[in-house]
Amino acid sequence: MSQQHPGPGGNEPQDPADSAAPPGGAGLSPRGTDDEAADASRSKGTEVAISLLNAVLEGSSAVVTFLAIVAAVVIGGLLIAFTSPVVLHAWSHVFSAPGTAFSQAWDVAASAYSAMFEGAILNPHTVTAAFHGGSTAAIFNPLSETAVNATPLILAGLAVALAFRTGLFNIGATGQFIGGAMIAGWIGFAVHLPMIVHVVVAVIGGFVGGAIVGSFVGYLKARTGAHEVIVTIMSNYVMEYLILFLLGLAVFRAPGLPNPVSPSVANNAMLPHLAGASLRINAGFLIALAAAAAVAWLLDRTTVGFELRTVGANQSAARSAGMSPERSWVIVMLICGGLAGLAGASVILGTDFALTPQIYGTYGIDAITVALLGRAKPTGVVLAALLYGSLNAGSITMQAQTQIPVDIATVIQALIVLFVAAPPFIRELFHLRARRVGEEGQVLAKGWSS
Amino acid sequence: MTAITLVGHERATIDRQRVVGAIFAVLGLVDIFVFGLLADKGDAVFTFTLTGAAVNVPNLTLAPGPVSEGLGALSVVLGFVYAGLKSSKILQRLMGVTVTLAFVVSFLCWSDAGRTPLPFESLMQSTMLAAIPLVLGALSGCLCERSGVINIAIEGQLLLGAFAGAVIASAFGSLWLGLLTGSLAGGLLGILLAVFAIRYMVDQIILGVVLNVFASGLTGYLYDQELVPFENRLNSPATFNSIKIPILGDIPVIGPILFDSTIFLYIAYAAVALVHIGLFKTRWGLRVRAVGEHPTAADTVGIRVLWTRYRNVILGGLVAGIGGASLTIGSVGSFGKDISSGQGYIALAAMIFGRWTPLGATGAALLFGFSLACASVLGTIGAPIPSDFLLMLPYVATIIAVTGFVGRSRAPKADGQPYIKA
Repeated sequence: MSQQHPGPGGNEPQDPADSAAPPGGAGLSPRGTDDEAADASRSKGTEVAISLLNAVLEGSSAVVTFLAIVAAVVIGGLLIAFTSPVVLHAWSHVFSAPGTAFSQAWDVAASAYSAMFEGAILNPHTVTAAFHGGSTAAIFNPLSETAVNATPLILAGLAVALAFRTGLFNIGATGQFIGGAMIAGWIGFAVHLPMIVHVVVAVIGGFVGGAIVGSFVGYLKARTGAHEVIVTIMSNYVMEYLILFLLGLAVFRAPGLPNPVSPSVANNAMLPHLAGASLRINAGFLIALAAAAAVAWLLDRTTVGFELRTVGANQSAARSAGMSPERSWVIVMLICGGLAGLAGASVILGTDFALTPQIYGTYGIDAITVALLGRAKPTGVVLAALLYGSLNAGSITMQAQTQIPVDIATVIQALIVLFVAAPPFIRELFHLRARRVGEEGQVLAKGWSS
Repeated sequence: MTAITLVGHERATIDRQRVVGAIFAVLGLVDIFVFGLLADKGDAVFTFTLTGAAVNVPNLTLAPGPVSEGLGALSVVLGFVYAGLKSSKILQRLMGVTVTLAFVVSFLCWSDAGRTPLPFESLMQSTMLAAIPLVLGALSGCLCERSGVINIAIEGQLLLGAFAGAVIASAFGSLWLGLLTGSLAGGLLGILLAVFAIRYMVDQIILGVVLNVFASGLTGYLYDQELVPFENRLNSPATFNSIKIPILGDIPVIGPILFDSTIFLYIAYAAVALVHIGLFKTRWGLRVRAVGEHPTAADTVGIRVLWTRYRNVILGGLVAGIGGASLTIGSVGSFGKDISSGQGYIALAAMIFGRWTPLGATGAALLFGFSLACASVLGTIGAPIPSDFLLMLPYVATIIAVTGFVGRSRAPKADGQPYIKA
């Protein structure tokens, strides 16, 4: 798509998915060639330095992402600070004791974020405790929780990202997640199989369950042109009511319980723990990483993946090259549905063990933000999911320690993606130099009719 | 693509006629064989009188078998007429409405056969109540999308409107102030949508989803942080009383349904009329639609494209905000987490189902509101259909609508595409 030029103009190699708004293919034009002659005379070291400086000043995608996170965390901190009763009280005396108001605000926000850090990465107290005979596993508990929270986000995020690369919006990860959780869960509690076989069959069942929901969407788009965004949004709700209906049936309902909950999955069907029973991290995390590697391989190393990317970059070019966009849509939605189904399986077989009407949580919607933040690349998705997983894990500890509601994590996540999707906004906010016209790769929005 | 469509146009209408006719016939057969022959023994009784009504309307007793079979036969005949004869558009619509009504009546007969009487009046009242946020949300969608900006953020607008309406009405003790603030809160999200979609050209589908997450997170956070500890002060609003319109409100049967409700229903009536007339009968509407269909052409003749879009998106947010306020101060009063529970997406569905027209969207919203009301009312009389399927209905209907079997639902041409002045 774009050529990489050394010197002031070029700062990094970019491919279509490098831009924030994914489908349709980024229209990145080659940089200006007039200053190339001047570049030739410069030494290699200067070139690197200049291009790094330009990357920062112009706001390359990595810089924009970083600044977006900073901006979101700052706004989240302000929200925490100015909704806390203690701080509001201090502000009411702002004229008599202005210092107190500011220091209170700072304290509340700082304690919230440090609690979040302790819940997501490392809690120093557990390290001290370990020296005094405490368990060493406790040190790793925050990291384990981050991985557990990230697992379904990686899988569902891949489901959205892969569709993005093919030019499709998969808003339906929720429905596909439910499809996967339903079948994986059913195999888990209703079927009796030996060890290992059972969990493998249940995980495959999860893939199939999601793939059925996903490929239905792909088929409808290919056959009738129905817009996938509308169909996926609607299928989410259809699936949400379907699971509610199924949990009312004797086949799915745990006997003797007042709530609509399924029986617990058999021990054989549970994903094995990776680091002892006291840490929740389980084989689902490995499945998620393997899935990310598989998606990367599919996109970069296979003919199917090449077709998918071509269809995503330019549908008519793909068609005139003899590829069938319709076929790609069905294939990609089948795989994406399967990935989201795996996310469902990872939750039901790894952490929750029983189907509930709310099993889908917000994974499907978070997956969209994860895929955007990860710029629709497998590695990016893994990193973004880890960030979101740490925010989710940390916010639970934060609520326990400081009584600040967990929903602040949702606010921060939404803001990060809002800012990442709008690089010009971040540039204006931080007074970065504007990029030249045509280099933004932003004008990719497509309408309902396309 | 365009050329093919043009050539195939004549054939497409004939095919469409056949498909729609076939669907009519299938619905008729369902009336006959499911709702007629499989109905439980006993009559279906509909009560029309609310407690305390001035005029006592006698109950209607129907025998489900013959009624459903008769209506089913009518639907089948209409199906053949629709498929076989070329008829005017008005006649076609009339046939569609008749078949839908026949289906609904047969369905209600079947649900109530041999059970406690069905309170028709309260069913219809809940329908109207459920439809208010859907209608206002769908109108918000129409206003935005007709000007070329996709609005998936209806859900968030409803949520913020519900939150602000409840909090302000509770804190200041003024319902009207709550209504106003609810509307403004929806408008605020509209401003965010407009700025990021139009100025920063963020993909509008992504933007809508993210704004919904943002609204859900923000209201959820503020609910736990402020409303739970200070419930008495911040989350205990009064609710609007019903206003009975003189004379009209006394009409038996339809009076209590249409003319005896809170201010929100009358706002919804006014909004539907204004948006419909505004979009299709005024110069303003012509300009809006031009901007949504072909912004470059609109710009060439001097219409301010971006300004039109900003205005419409914010206007849409204000309208949806009122719908949101109706969820709290128009019915239950206090705000609860995610109180909009997907109704913004049903409103989106209604707009698509109604083919991006205010009247079509309103019709769809009423139909969806009816299925939501059925889900709650039919459960109480022990009807043989799980409420989950009734709740699912709006979404399934929308999927069928966009697949184009019943005439393609078509968005404005430039919907979702940012405009850059050349």
